[in-house]
Amino acid sequence: MKRICAKASGFFTAAVSILLACVITGILMYGMGYNPLDAYYQLFFGAVVGLSALSESVVKMVPLVFTGLSFAIAKRSGLVNLGATGQLYIGALCTTVVGVYVTGLPAALHIPLALAAGCAGGAAYGAVVGFLKNRFQANELITTIMLNEIATELVNCLVDGPMKDLDALTKFPQSKAILDSAVLPKILTGTRLHAGFLLALLAVALYGVFMKRTKWGYELRVVGMNPSAARTAGMSVQRTQLLAMLLAGGFAGLAGSIEMLAIQKRLMQSFAGNLGFDGIAVALLGGNQPLGILLSAFLFGMMSNGSNKMQMLSNVPSAVIYLMQGLIILFVVGRYLYSKKLWEGLIPQRKSRREEVRP
Amino acid sequence: MAFLEMRHIRKTFGSTVANDDVSLSVERGEIHALLGENGAGKSTLMNILYGMYPADSGEILLNGRQLHLAGTKDAIANGIGMVHQHFMLIPEQTVIENVILGNRGNPFVLNLKEQARRFTELAAKYGMEVDPWCRVDQLSVGQQQRLEILKALYKNAEILILDEPTAVLTPQEVQGLFRMMRQLTDSGCTILFITHKLPEIMDVCTRCTILRQGRTVCSMPILPGADQHELAVRMVGQEVELALHKQAAHPGEEVLRVTGLHCARSDGVEAVRGVDFSVRSGEIVGICGVDGNGQSELIRCITGLLRPSAGEISICGTDCSGAGVKRILRQGVSHIPEDRLKMAVVKEMDLCENMILMHYDQEPVCRHGFLSWRAARLQGEKICRTYQVRMSSLTQAVQELSGGNQQKLVVGRELAQDPKLLIAVHPSRGLDIGATKYIQNSIIAARDRGAAVLMVSTELEEVMELSDRILVMFNGCIMADIRQADATREKLGALMAGIKGGQTCGS
Amino acid sequence: MSALSVFLGSVVMMATTYLLAGLGAVFGERAGIVNIGIEGLMLTGALMAVVGSYTSGSVWVGLLLAMLGSMLLAAVFACFTICLHANQTVTGVALNILASGLTVLLFRTVFGLNGMIPQIDTFEALEIPVLSGLPVVGAIFGQPLPVYLAFVLVPVCQFVMNRTNLGLKIRSVGNHPKACDTVGLPVYRIQAGAILFTGLMSGFAGAFLSTGQLSFFTEGMVAGRGYMVLAAVAFGNYSPLGVMAAALLFGASEALQYRLQVAYPVIPTELYAMLPYIITLFAICIYRRKSNRPVYSGRNYLR
Repeated sequence: MKRICAKASGFFTAAVSILLACVITGILMYGMGYNPLDAYYQLFFGAVVGLSALSESVVKMVPLVFTGLSFAIAKRSGLVNLGATGQLYIGALCTTVVGVYVTGLPAALHIPLALAAGCAGGAAYGAVVGFLKNRFQANELITTIMLNEIATELVNCLVDGPMKDLDALTKFPQSKAILDSAVLPKILTGTRLHAGFLLALLAVALYGVFMKRTKWGYELRVVGMNPSAARTAGMSVQRTQLLAMLLAGGFAGLAGSIEMLAIQKRLMQSFAGNLGFDGIAVALLGGNQPLGILLSAFLFGMMSNGSNKMQMLSNVPSAVIYLMQGLIILFVVGRYLYSKKLWEGLIPQRKSRREEVRP
Repeated sequence: MAFLEMRHIRKTFGSTVANDDVSLSVERGEIHALLGENGAGKSTLMNILYGMYPADSGEILLNGRQLHLAGTKDAIANGIGMVHQHFMLIPEQTVIENVILGNRGNPFVLNLKEQARRFTELAAKYGMEVDPWCRVDQLSVGQQQRLEILKALYKNAEILILDEPTAVLTPQEVQGLFRMMRQLTDSGCTILFITHKLPEIMDVCTRCTILRQGRTVCSMPILPGADQHELAVRMVGQEVELALHKQAAHPGEEVLRVTGLHCARSDGVEAVRGVDFSVRSGEIVGICGVDGNGQSELIRCITGLLRPSAGEISICGTDCSGAGVKRILRQGVSHIPEDRLKMAVVKEMDLCENMILMHYDQEPVCRHGFLSWRAARLQGEKICRTYQVRMSSLTQAVQELSGGNQQKLVVGRELAQDPKLLIAVHPSRGLDIGATKYIQNSIIAARDRGAAVLMVSTELEEVMELSDRILVMFNGCIMADIRQADATREKLGALMAGIKGGQTCGS
Repeated sequence: MSALSVFLGSVVMMATTYLLAGLGAVFGERAGIVNIGIEGLMLTGALMAVVGSYTSGSVWVGLLLAMLGSMLLAAVFACFTICLHANQTVTGVALNILASGLTVLLFRTVFGLNGMIPQIDTFEALEIPVLSGLPVVGAIFGQPLPVYLAFVLVPVCQFVMNRTNLGLKIRSVGNHPKACDTVGLPVYRIQAGAILFTGLMSGFAGAFLSTGQLSFFTEGMVAGRGYMVLAAVAFGNYSPLGVMAAALLFGASEALQYRLQVAYPVIPTELYAMLPYIITLFAICIYRRKSNRPVYSGRNYLR
């Protein structure tokens, strides 16, 4: 019963946050001379009406599921992984190396190999954060951000140098195309919907089972909530957090890997845009729960898909969705706003300012 | 008209009533004790007086003038100072910075030298020397307490609230504190002294007010030769059942053997210096001593949380020195840690998840890395039933339980493992009498089933009642190994202060 | 003027952006607030400065607008972290995402979609007589006014932090908010003040970036400098002087990047670009325990 209530309140928080964000964004758009209703109409229709729009939203959702999982699993172990971007780039880089330079393999082997390379690359890069934290107590906020920049620069450097496709018609810095044997198959003809979607579903399911039903997931959760109790029970906080960062990096690496094998097919500078940080919004809105992450990833996929249509048809810059996403995160982390305690505290505040004091 | 009066104070936290119609009246220049059990509402009342919490209703009068305390600032401005049980000092900053922090009338550009001079003068006046340029984390506990008192005096406090000041001191330091308190009252200070230790009240106080379950029971003068037992009865509200259901011990074979154990804290100070003892099955060995004399480190070494720098620990004949926590737990060791919420439970998780915390990777809960929640539920239900944990369902979060029920859960979880060695640290800290007796009896029952029990407590009463043998720790050494029958308060008190056969040991 | 002199001049110029924001961030961090949102605050500042300068024709109005804009955003941060107990890191990230959307929206509204770059008033170089004529170091004394201001502020901030009542309060709140509460300090108000000051200085830094160092706004122009500011604060061991050292280092590596790109085109510029990040990583690993990092950093104080 309690559990159902907790779930329901999670959905309530998410729904109210989305609503508030929409309203505020709408007001801002109106204030700047756009028509918010038209914008939202185009945003929504561009995202879900029609098979191609809907499938495109799902395509956009796939990498967000992975980066969302990446943030969520680290967060459950008590770490804030701001490094999904870097892990994603390294994953994409490793995948591209396997996808381009390993030749002569059948697809049944080449695809898993390329995916595994991406996953491993991301995981290794994530593990660096865990290592620095364990060995030097380096604050993960700063190390992840530094590692993001390093990975981005590394990819920039490689696609403009050693990995640059010299045969291409453009002078644009990009790698050679992924070999056909490594390209993820489509699962719906006439759309871009690819097998990565199934992988995303699988990843979410695995995440759920891992967290709730395995001892490693249990360790991870205990470490995240109460590290000293974890130590008393004989768990190694360092090892568990390292595992969490490894998995977080793996998920982010897979995001880059799938993006590369199914959509981009060539490694390019800053191809991932905001995928890494969007994962934070996805995980937060989804309450770090498997189903929640899936739903919120779909929402963000929809938004990113619909925003292009919106920009074309109602002239509102597509960047508006970032405004909305930022607001959504704000209202989710500020969920204390919806608690009865705050409002109860505010009303008799005339008498005494410190009503919400706890013992 | 009394000097300070608190009338009909009421304070609730959510649904719990911490203070219900409490009244207190204090005369100028007296040492007034506020007596009560844990959770009787003493600290809440004093926090209200100090402006930390606003009272829901009731009024405070100082010199017949009504006080409106919107915050601690107002209390300080009215000459009220408080020394908290957990010192409110900033360890990373210097003494003088701590003293002047937040004082009214500080100029924008600080003149620390001048302030330090005034502080040293004040300290000299009361014979409490503290170097104003020293970082607070380099002071001893006793010095920190003196600093806290000086800090309040520097803010011109006339009413000084001392919240359980003796909990961290040796009996000798306590005497020093009492001398200081008398000196302060002589110079016009009024002291409110929170405690639940009766003998201390007899020593130093002139009057006392007893609180029970958030209400005032009575207020009475302390006369020489007053009946301690009567006070105790008023404090706990019923005839105190002092005796536990405890038969004589029948010690069996040796379960835990510690030889020549040394251990250093993270700051390099040696906390345990060459400790030897053993615990046999079927006996309770109690370790007593003032907090911070190495008990905590000793237990952390035995449970594998800390690596000893030298020495040997063997459990059931197996050498376990430097082994990990898991290996030690698998030897049949159960551990009731010192801080329940910090070390023993995950308060956001539900009961079921907490029930498996110490053996989550053991059959039948865990097979091939997968957890069986069905098995966990079965175990959890059994423990809750056997150990009378009051709860509405196993999916309730632990933080919704009362402290007593949380501790019962921890004790039940550990005893359900049928341990060969039970390590219990402050098993009844912060619990009411009922829960305390229940938990103490459970520990005795475990002993009678053949477990070896090593218990640590700072409460002399608990150690003396429960243990078959008592070890006294001082400054990282074991001062003595005494049988229960030979233990007296005076003897233990002297040993806890490091006095052995008339000589002071260690430094 | 010699090449070295020009180089030194550009080091100081580039360091100023980091320094201005860093001086604000130091006070925030010392009060126990980890503000990832500096990136967004700077971005807002950069845009508002251009908007102000464009509409009024005075760079100073732009600066004022920039400070107000970032302080407004910082107030949102303060409101969510202090009143609503929201996680500081996540709130900061939200602020960055929000700012990246908001600035684009605002920018396109004011300047239209077709990106014609109009002429705006910018900070002009102010040569200090005599000093600017010196060999080698001369170019350091031919900078826009905010550069001098930033470096003059360093000792001022250092003094305020270590020698004044205000600094003591801020440091104490970051180390032990509960203790501050017991002596009657308004912990939340001090933290809010520190956050607003961070906002103010970030706005200044953003304004300098778009109307001093460069002369127009481009979308996402802060490009990770906000994060570097945080790194500079950690690198500078949470003291204004240290931040200045870190800012100069980052400025130097940025300036070096441009110069080496010209001098040795063989080595990819990305490798130089990586340099400050790698140095910061090492620096953070080396510091560890001797840090001035506040004990209660990044956690919300609940009474």
